[in-house]
Amino acid sequence: MNNITKNHIKDKLFSATGIFSTLIGLILLAVFIGDIIVEGAGRINWDFITGLPSRKAEKAGIYTAMIGTVWVLVLTTIISFPIGVSAGIYLEEYAKKGRLSRLLEVNISNLAGVPSIIYGLLGLEIFVRILGFGNSLLAGSMTLSLLILPIIIVATRESIKAVPQSIRDASFAMGATKWQTIQYQVLPASFGGILTGIILALSRAVGEAAPLIVVGALAYVPFVPSSPMSEFSVLPIQIFNWISRPQHEFLVNAAAAIIILLIITFIMNGIAMYLRSRWQKKIKW
Amino acid sequence: MKMKALVKTFYLLSFTALMFSACKTNQQGNSAEKLAGNIRIDGSSTVYPVTEAVAEEFRADYPDVDVTIGVSGTGGGFKKFGRGETDLSNASRPIKQSEIDLCNENNITYVELMVAYDGLAVIVNPSNDWVDHFTVEELKKIWEPAAQDKIMKWNQIRPEWPNEEIHLFGPGVASGTYDYFTEAIVGQAGSSRGDFTASEDDNVLVQGVAGDKFGLGFFGLAYYEENMGKLKLVGVDGGNGPVLPSIESVSNATYTPLSRPLFIYVNSTAAHRTEVQSFVKFYIDNAPQLSKEVGYVPMPDAEYTKQKNIFDQFLKTLE
Repeated sequence: MNNITKNHIKDKLFSATGIFSTLIGLILLAVFIGDIIVEGAGRINWDFITGLPSRKAEKAGIYTAMIGTVWVLVLTTIISFPIGVSAGIYLEEYAKKGRLSRLLEVNISNLAGVPSIIYGLLGLEIFVRILGFGNSLLAGSMTLSLLILPIIIVATRESIKAVPQSIRDASFAMGATKWQTIQYQVLPASFGGILTGIILALSRAVGEAAPLIVVGALAYVPFVPSSPMSEFSVLPIQIFNWISRPQHEFLVNAAAAIIILLIITFIMNGIAMYLRSRWQKKIKW
Repeated sequence: MKMKALVKTFYLLSFTALMFSACKTNQQGNSAEKLAGNIRIDGSSTVYPVTEAVAEEFRADYPDVDVTIGVSGTGGGFKKFGRGETDLSNASRPIKQSEIDLCNENNITYVELMVAYDGLAVIVNPSNDWVDHFTVEELKKIWEPAAQDKIMKWNQIRPEWPNEEIHLFGPGVASGTYDYFTEAIVGQAGSSRGDFTASEDDNVLVQGVAGDKFGLGFFGLAYYEENMGKLKLVGVDGGNGPVLPSIESVSNATYTPLSRPLFIYVNSTAAHRTEVQSFVKFYIDNAPQLSKEVGYVPMPDAEYTKQKNIFDQFLKTLE
């Protein structure tokens, strides 16, 4: 066997490993979704979506938890979007490359790996107690914003990095200031990527239960939140609560609620893909 | 566009809901005395189903009282209760000294009320044909801290049992169920061997024992009753012969020491409010029926009367 055949075999081997690795994830996802749909799809109906929590599994619904989830998503977006994107722009465009900015970068990447329950404890101390927001939607959304800020910052920086330096140079050559360059050239060119990052980060936030339980999200809330200061529940907490009940009918409810949560996540991912393709079409250099 | 449509749908949804709740209020506003306000409850996830059931029924009578319930666990609930952040606390064990200290620090006084019983079931796999019952000493030998890495096989407990590994399943160490079991069996709450499969989700424990011939686990009786076909219930001998847990043996306290009471704690400041008083009275009145419905064991009638008197006395001290 000469070297050439050896290398060809290696090539084939890796491509087989690659296909296998790709399929593992997909198959697991398919099995999971199939299992959940078989279990829960029959339970989804109008009463389930508009129903209040109940001790009777067949009467219980997800209405308040679902609206709570939507509230949390909207508030988290409003809070994390401007902060995350500004921080990303600053680090990439303004910050002087040096020891300090490297330190900042490393720590922001580290923050992305901190377990979510830690953010919950931080949120409990700062937002719930020191700032006095109580067990409110606002406190919960701020905690989740902290959780996803590192992801947004990293995504923003990566998208901005992908904008060719020549575009900036051309803009400066026309006499534009840094902000004008960012506003008219860099941001429009990178916005698709930034939006994708934000929506993927929000998709993570939407599935979190642990930090919100710590902050004080509740399991039984028989009313819809009326303001950011309202108490609230979210879908993952409802699911968690139902899964731990002894009666099998509650497990069916949990499966049905998981389907609704998946639908929300898929819709968000769909929006991300749509926005990215729209923005990419717009850019012509 | 999509987003806008979505947002619109949700607004529509919430608007419809508002209309519905408004209608309800009008219909019932005349019959029931007008009570409004909110009641904040947190604590044990074991007690949660009872309190949820009570809140649900209470809402039918008093739609303007917003009751909210969290599931921070017995310990987490008392942390909030001790800071005055909640009106009622659900607990699957009595309040601890450290938690009493926290209440004292913040000048919080309270009353403790029993609302139902729960039996802790000791469970093995259905194909386990050698275990007929456990004595408390045997359970202690299996679960005490000294058993770690030592008591690993069934025949170490009784010589005639098989020479096979024993696989242990139990609730997570943060749960009130674990605290209660260790206190009743080992003698000290929170003290046990560490090499067992722990899960906060009792259904995981059910799956574990159901799939393991040499498994042994403990959890709330309701989880056994929902999974009878997959599990074998084992009687416990607390000194007067082996007793199987059942509604009867838990209620009349012959199933010892693994029957436990479930509690609610009421903050005295909150108890000044009429809606809280009504809720607690409603709770005690309906607990016999509702605790049974969600899988727990009601206390004897005399016990409920006693709890009612305790609460009435407590209200008098407030005046």
